[in-house]
Amino acid sequence: MSFLDYLLGTRKKTATVAKDRLQIILARERVDRKGPDFLPELRQELLQVISKYVKIDLDQVKVNLEHDGNFEVLELNIVLPESINTVKKTAS
Amino acid sequence: MTKVIVVTSGKGGVGKTTSSSSFASGLALRGHKTAVIDFDVGLRNLDLIMGCERRVVYDFVNVINGESTLKQALIKDKHCDNLFVLPASQTRDKDALDTASVGRVINELRDSFDYIVCDSPAGIEKGALMALYYADEALIVTNPEVSSVRDSDRILGILAAKSKRAEDGAEPIKEHLLITRYSPRRAAAGEMLSVTDVQEILSIPLLGVIPETEAVLQASNAGVPVIHDIESNAGQAYRDVVARFLGEDVPMRFLTADRKGFFSRLFGA
Repeated sequence: MSFLDYLLGTRKKTATVAKDRLQIILARERVDRKGPDFLPELRQELLQVISKYVKIDLDQVKVNLEHDGNFEVLELNIVLPESINTVKKTAS
Repeated sequence: MTKVIVVTSGKGGVGKTTSSSSFASGLALRGHKTAVIDFDVGLRNLDLIMGCERRVVYDFVNVINGESTLKQALIKDKHCDNLFVLPASQTRDKDALDTASVGRVINELRDSFDYIVCDSPAGIEKGALMALYYADEALIVTNPEVSSVRDSDRILGILAAKSKRAEDGAEPIKEHLLITRYSPRRAAAGEMLSVTDVQEILSIPLLGVIPETEAVLQASNAGVPVIHDIESNAGQAYRDVVARFLGEDVPMRFLTADRKGFFSRLFGA
């Protein structure tokens, strides 16, 4: 942030930054809390299996449980890196 | 009907014990028979804040283990006739508490008290869970600061899942937000989360806001709950909190920064 930003008042106030960060993280934590207890563990184990073949981070594995009327939908969203083949070669 | 109120926060150092001591004193000052229990087994401090540390003979764990009667362990407060303190044990650990025996003590207290205030330890472990288990209402003590707000949200989740009311499927614990160490000046400058911000994030009803004042440290130095310092903003704010808790319609105070006029700046008044 430059001095000019400060003068023009374009610098975001830290309280606003704090509020935005809290709203994002709490939204996520509240969802985790509602889900069954095994979800974080499931996510961790999935990550272990996948990382045997592809190098990915925990952030790239999303496990979501949604309620839709009488049934629940378990949604898995795994983002694989672009250079998946090269990674696999070095791993094997 | 006796009401059990837990004062909790998740995070440490936000003002749980300060708030418990002033809130319990306030209820007693309004004529209600009140007991305040320190659940921080191993790290007892409520006695010090209430100024009765030298009169502790028996404690909560002694009562639980049948080593003393409840009557022997309760300490009568110096400042209010209607107030009694049940100190925590300094030597045991938190595993000394369990739901059955805590329940027995709380039920015995119900016979002679209108309000039972449970001062929770920090964290989300045994001691904190025991403090909130039997609660009918909860004061969530929160500082306008990211880690405190996040931990308060976590505690709200635990109240909704692990309390007796939650387990029994009874009416949920009534939650009250108590914002402490608030600086209206910094909030106005955008350096601190405002009351509205915190309330919006946690979305529970606001019971009160205690401004950051020197009086709180002075009160704990002296061992006299700050609510007795009626000159101080914090003392007045705690009195308002108690009045609101008892159902009175008291407007919020100390939410805006004092704008010092030219003359008061000049003369430092």
